[in-house]
Amino acid sequence: MARRVTSRRVWVSTGAAWFFGFVIFLPILWMVLTSFKTELEAFAMPPTFLFFHWTTENYATVQGRSDYVHHALNSIIVAGASTLLALLIAIPAAWSMAFAPSKRTKDILLWMLSTKMMPSVGVLVPIYLIYRDFGLLDTRGGLVAILCLGNLPIVIWMLFTYFKEIPKDILEAARMDGATIGRELIYVLTPMAIPGLASTLLLNFILAWNEAFWTLNLSTLDAAPLTVFIASYSSPEGLFWAKLSAASTLAIAPIIILGWFTQRQLVRGLTFGAVK
Amino acid sequence: MGQITLQRVRKSFGPVNIIKDANLDIENGSFVVFVGPSGCGKTTLLRLIAGLEDVSGGQILIDGRNVVDVPPAKRGLSMVFQSYALYPHMSVRGNIAFGLKMAGLPRPEIERKVEAAAATLNLTPYLDRKPRELSGGQRQRVAIGRAIVREPKAFLFDEPLSNLDAALRVQMRLEVTKLQKQLGTTAVYVTHDQVEAMTMADKIVVLNAGRIEQFGSPIELYERPANLFVAGFIGSPKMNFVPGDAAGEPGAATLGVRPEHLKIGKEGEGWPGTVSVAEHLGSDTFLYVEAGKLGMLTARCIGEFSLKAGDHVWLSPDPARLHRFEKDGSVIRR
Repeated sequence: MARRVTSRRVWVSTGAAWFFGFVIFLPILWMVLTSFKTELEAFAMPPTFLFFHWTTENYATVQGRSDYVHHALNSIIVAGASTLLALLIAIPAAWSMAFAPSKRTKDILLWMLSTKMMPSVGVLVPIYLIYRDFGLLDTRGGLVAILCLGNLPIVIWMLFTYFKEIPKDILEAARMDGATIGRELIYVLTPMAIPGLASTLLLNFILAWNEAFWTLNLSTLDAAPLTVFIASYSSPEGLFWAKLSAASTLAIAPIIILGWFTQRQLVRGLTFGAVK
Repeated sequence: MGQITLQRVRKSFGPVNIIKDANLDIENGSFVVFVGPSGCGKTTLLRLIAGLEDVSGGQILIDGRNVVDVPPAKRGLSMVFQSYALYPHMSVRGNIAFGLKMAGLPRPEIERKVEAAAATLNLTPYLDRKPRELSGGQRQRVAIGRAIVREPKAFLFDEPLSNLDAALRVQMRLEVTKLQKQLGTTAVYVTHDQVEAMTMADKIVVLNAGRIEQFGSPIELYERPANLFVAGFIGSPKMNFVPGDAAGEPGAATLGVRPEHLKIGKEGEGWPGTVSVAEHLGSDTFLYVEAGKLGMLTARCIGEFSLKAGDHVWLSPDPARLHRFEKDGSVIRR
């Protein structure tokens, strides 16, 4: 029997969807609201929701105390460069594994994924020592390298699944039609792979932007991205909830805006291959 | 021109021999069908001709020139794939024009040729659509359009109709045949469907386990199969095989007789048997007759034949149409 969609059901499920959506969004909303409160109101009990004295003084303090633009620039450079570098390495790797697999391709893929199963903290000391001895601590180059390596397995996996979906027949048809490898790449493969490349790029950029473990441990000031900027408000002189919230809001704003405008690509990327 | 000659062509993947010593002469302008059970190597043989696979040995000549080291695009052939393999991001126009664009033809000429090909295939109203907006039959026509627009020496078809439903398949079968005759271009066509092979081909190549079992016209294959495999593969329902001594022909190891060449009577003459199943198709009736030592025999008679399961019948083969086979399966010529 076909499932009946009654209007009551639609109302109930729509209501439930909004409810859960709101629950998930609540922490972020609360953070944004808190960033506009005074420090006193920020931890008032019972908490105030919308009716409090709105102020932007936290933003002014945050910008005055530490240089937001400097950290934001670091985030953009580190996340952007590590993403591009990862794609540069991952495209040929995924390519050859998808179109010219060998007996060991599956093993290599699994091995790459297995590196993500180990907790990062397990290699913190060796990596830290290597970075210290090579003078990579608190450098953008150092962060780019570690973030690129950390995300590489996921990038290769994503691209591999995309490339795998491109039917071999189409490439052979292009060869029969007289396309050289270069033209096959430009006219046939790239246009077909662009949606996959775009969502991989976006997801990797977001992962790199939010990465906190390595950025916190391997950078202090010069190369420190926004994660370090947020963390600097949570420690020594006690908790300043309002300022911490202001810093966090500033830090996540760019990525939320980016995510908002690219949500179609992102959803497509994450569900790709689930439904033919 | 499009004369294709295979000389001792071999292909192996690792230790597995897919094609064993294929020799074949495909005449210019003819329609040749490769037919055989799945896994017999027919698609591999086509891909060797196309250049999508490299031969392990032997020569492939196109118009007298050995092309085994020539890349696919330079062989002057075009191919229609089973999955159509259209470029999903290009319009119908873009798909048909792609080969010409790669060949570097001037734009007005490309435009003219694409329009002409589209008109031939009734695709003119769809030129600006994307493949996903077309039906299966239309997609297939685009794939054919992409093949004909390049005016190749030969068309290669790899089971092009197997993704279509039965009615459309019959219609496309006619269209492809008509188009090939009209263009006069050599065509090599792979199928596992013997009806397609019989109806479309000028010449059929029957392949089995990487070997060419017989090469000949459809009627030749039907009337004079070279061996047991071809005899059993061509014709529907299948040819009946009975042991020679049991049928009173000690000279032959096996005797073959097609269901349509068995005369059926209610008394007196030939091989006795009992009808076990009668299939009434309207135009025809297929009788499955249990005939003792001879085993189960199939007979084909006219539709109005009123026999039912359990009836005793007598089967007499048409002596002029008996096929006699040696122990090794090859036919005994008279």
